[in-house]
Amino acid sequence: MKFSKLTSGSVAAALVVALAIPVISASTASATSKTNYSKVTTASQGGGMSALAAACQKEGQLNVIALPHYWANYGDMITGFAKQYGVKIDEADPEGSSQQEIDAAVTNKGTNRSPDVFDIGLAVAVKYLGTGTFAPYKVKSWSYLQGAAAVSSTGEVTPNYTGTMTIGYSGALGTITKLNDLLDPKFKGKIALNGDPLGSSAAMNGIFMINKALGGTFDDVTKGVAFFKKLKDAGNFILVNPTQSTIESGQTPVVIDNGYLQANVVKQFAAAGQVWKLFTPASVGSTYNMAISAWAPHPACARLWMEYTLGETGANVFASGGATPTLWVHLVKTGRASADGIASIGKSKVVAEAATAAQTAAARVYLKTAWPEAVGTN
Amino acid sequence: MTQLQYKGTGSANGGTGSRYWKDKTGYLGVLPFLLFSGVFLLYPTWNVVSGAFKDNYGKFSTATLSEVFNSSIARHAFANSLEISVKTAIFGAILGSLFAWAMSMGKPGGVFYKISVALSSVLAQFGGVMLTFAFLATFGFNGFVSTLAVKYLPNSFLAESAWLYGKTGLTVLYTFFQIPLMVLVFLPTLENLKPQWREASDALGGKAYEYWLRIGIPVLTPSFVGGALLLFVNSFSAYATAATLISLSDFLTPLEIATALTSETGGSNPAEAKVLSLFMVIVVVIAMALYALMRKRVSKWEQER
Amino acid sequence: MKQSIWVRLWRWTIISFVAAYLLVPLYAMFDFSTKSFGLGDKGRNFRAWKMITEQTDLWPAITRSVITAAIVMALIIFLIVPTAIWVHLKLPALRRPFELLCLLPLAIPAIVIVVGIAPLYRWISINISESPITLAGVYSMLILPYTYRSLSAALDAVDIHTLSEAATTLGASISRVIFGIIMPTIKTGIINGSFIAIALVLGEYTISNILNFKTFQVVIAQIGRNSGTVAVAVSLASLLFVILLLLIIPTKKRQGTVLDVDIA
Repeated sequence: MKFSKLTSGSVAAALVVALAIPVISASTASATSKTNYSKVTTASQGGGMSALAAACQKEGQLNVIALPHYWANYGDMITGFAKQYGVKIDEADPEGSSQQEIDAAVTNKGTNRSPDVFDIGLAVAVKYLGTGTFAPYKVKSWSYLQGAAAVSSTGEVTPNYTGTMTIGYSGALGTITKLNDLLDPKFKGKIALNGDPLGSSAAMNGIFMINKALGGTFDDVTKGVAFFKKLKDAGNFILVNPTQSTIESGQTPVVIDNGYLQANVVKQFAAAGQVWKLFTPASVGSTYNMAISAWAPHPACARLWMEYTLGETGANVFASGGATPTLWVHLVKTGRASADGIASIGKSKVVAEAATAAQTAAARVYLKTAWPEAVGTN
Repeated sequence: MTQLQYKGTGSANGGTGSRYWKDKTGYLGVLPFLLFSGVFLLYPTWNVVSGAFKDNYGKFSTATLSEVFNSSIARHAFANSLEISVKTAIFGAILGSLFAWAMSMGKPGGVFYKISVALSSVLAQFGGVMLTFAFLATFGFNGFVSTLAVKYLPNSFLAESAWLYGKTGLTVLYTFFQIPLMVLVFLPTLENLKPQWREASDALGGKAYEYWLRIGIPVLTPSFVGGALLLFVNSFSAYATAATLISLSDFLTPLEIATALTSETGGSNPAEAKVLSLFMVIVVVIAMALYALMRKRVSKWEQER
Repeated sequence: MKQSIWVRLWRWTIISFVAAYLLVPLYAMFDFSTKSFGLGDKGRNFRAWKMITEQTDLWPAITRSVITAAIVMALIIFLIVPTAIWVHLKLPALRRPFELLCLLPLAIPAIVIVVGIAPLYRWISINISESPITLAGVYSMLILPYTYRSLSAALDAVDIHTLSEAATTLGASISRVIFGIIMPTIKTGIINGSFIAIALVLGEYTISNILNFKTFQVVIAQIGRNSGTVAVAVSLASLLFVILLLLIIPTKKRQGTVLDVDIA
């Protein structure tokens, strides 16, 4: 009994090996299908763009996280990529923060649900540099991206787009020409900030913007906080976290948030026959960076996505969404910037000032006690 | 009414075997549940609680523990959480139990009853962004009740919407899901109140309030307090609604925890989140202990009568 | 017992107040969801609601979540309720620790529970299944506080010791005692506890979102991400769906299986 089992087992094994040999030799024949895409650091290493695209189609899916459709026109980006390459895109946690993106990757490590790519703020990006969280990859346009080498010379993290903070408000409230207009009683209970500065970088940048407009610097936010205190005392500032629904319904008609989010609201309101205006008292910006997860379940698609968003197509999509891609200066110089994009963000080469990680941390320490004092409720 | 004292833990149908093992076989009955909850409940709780004693690199450290314990900000958040939880537990318990009573007075299994149970089940879980939106749409500066109030009742609190955006508003929002929860957990208790008792009390010449004072309330109190305890813990750990209405990181303990886990501006500190969770668990254990103490004294008091 | 006019008045005052408290905000949501967002046409329209029917990923998510709810129900009936009865019956010393255990899932906010449970679900995803239905495990623990409180109220009412003694002296096996005799008498407790459980499974968002499982609520949130009116409409639709689901579940008991033991 045992003997025959052994024989049949070895015959089966031999058959399997015999049948596998042609398959194995067939794959060694073309370098691409044997390429381990999680180790590829440039497109040419992987066999060029077409090989990358083919490998991605074989993988069939891309996992993205925390990419709201109204954020810098990611809606068009996602649908465009899915259509061009015929892959399914799994979107997780649209409202997640940068930290939550990394946490999701760690939490779901080893599963097929782990995010492939990240779109994160500078603070979180810098925090995880060199920790083995990201897989280095330099896109084809890498040398033309503003500030890419400064952030990471190996391409672990690549700056993607920047935006400026702005105050968006419903046209029904008139026009705001200066900051003190916000203290007017007609704004009672209407002004909202996107989140809390201790947690949300958008809120922190909002405070920086008002602070700068009043003459303050990134190292000293007292003027900004004092202004918010005035707004709160007048009853104009509310602690509600604005969402799409609250903006549409008029519950938060004045929102201090990233410009590329506001751009989407402008479009939405226009389509509905209403007006959403923007007022930018000072220019404060932030850069969002793209990175590939070191344990991405779909490494080829992740790299293809990087090439797409950081390349010309992606840059024009970002531009028409109101965000300034880091490739923009190059595109304008070579005349390849889309008309839509130029209409949206102009040809400006000046990137808005942004706070460093150290300045943000110092401001946070100050705000931990000063912010609740200024705008806290009983 | 006699109390049947339950003696010992042996099975009722006798049998052979030493008494020691007979007593212990009862524990086998909870084994399946223990295994299941060990995997899905005790293991994650252990992860969190043991994480409270480590720093963010995995090494043993009580630094975060003492930091949070001594922080006046954390204490203030804790106080806020406790205050709101106690208030909403009381309001929710009272309104919920009253509504449950109102339901029990109607036809059991009737349309009103069934819809109320289904609606309560769903609304007990309703919260977060949508609940805040609903209340802003009703009582906020643009809300439809507020605009009506401005027209017809300009001096009432409904016309002045500022109350919604602070602690009072949060209390009202939390009570929204506390009431249905109390209705659901209290309704089975009302079946204890057998109509024969009321009839007996009436037949003996007792008035309505006497019935409630001497029979109704003592019978219902343990479950009422148990329900209120559940409401307290429910409100204590609720997060999503507060995050949308009052986005201040250090206003409530769950908000602090969320910021410690998700902050983009340098506040990310998972160890702090675990320490805060540990303190929350301790509060629940204390509340539970107080409840157990109360039950013991009440049953003693019942027996003495 | 005839109700006096005062009792009836009191009853309807309570009902009106609580109903207003609960239903008016929901109406405000409905009101907004049917508003035409500019676009020139006045009056109400159900455009936002119609959009819901066009979503293709909704039905698989509903199916998955309903199956998960069914598994949790099975766990309630075959694991949690028998254990609760067993503890009340045989192990009174364990009652308070058991109650504390059942309250524990509520003591920790969901975002922290995810941190604790993530390693387990990573293992499950790699070695067993990536399906969201595996969430039934953690969900059955999350419903413990509510379900147990409901059961406890019912168990306190009925004198289960006498019932079980009577049944066993008449020759019933322990499983007959638990399933055939005690469970029918605490029916309301079980039903209410199950209803909350189903509502929780179909309404849970935080844990499934962080673990990136496409459950009912996660898909609902995704549907509403592009438009405020659709977000509100779809949220209301999910409430209505669960209510209808709960109303369909039969709660009428079979006749003749209840033993009503009166000790008064």
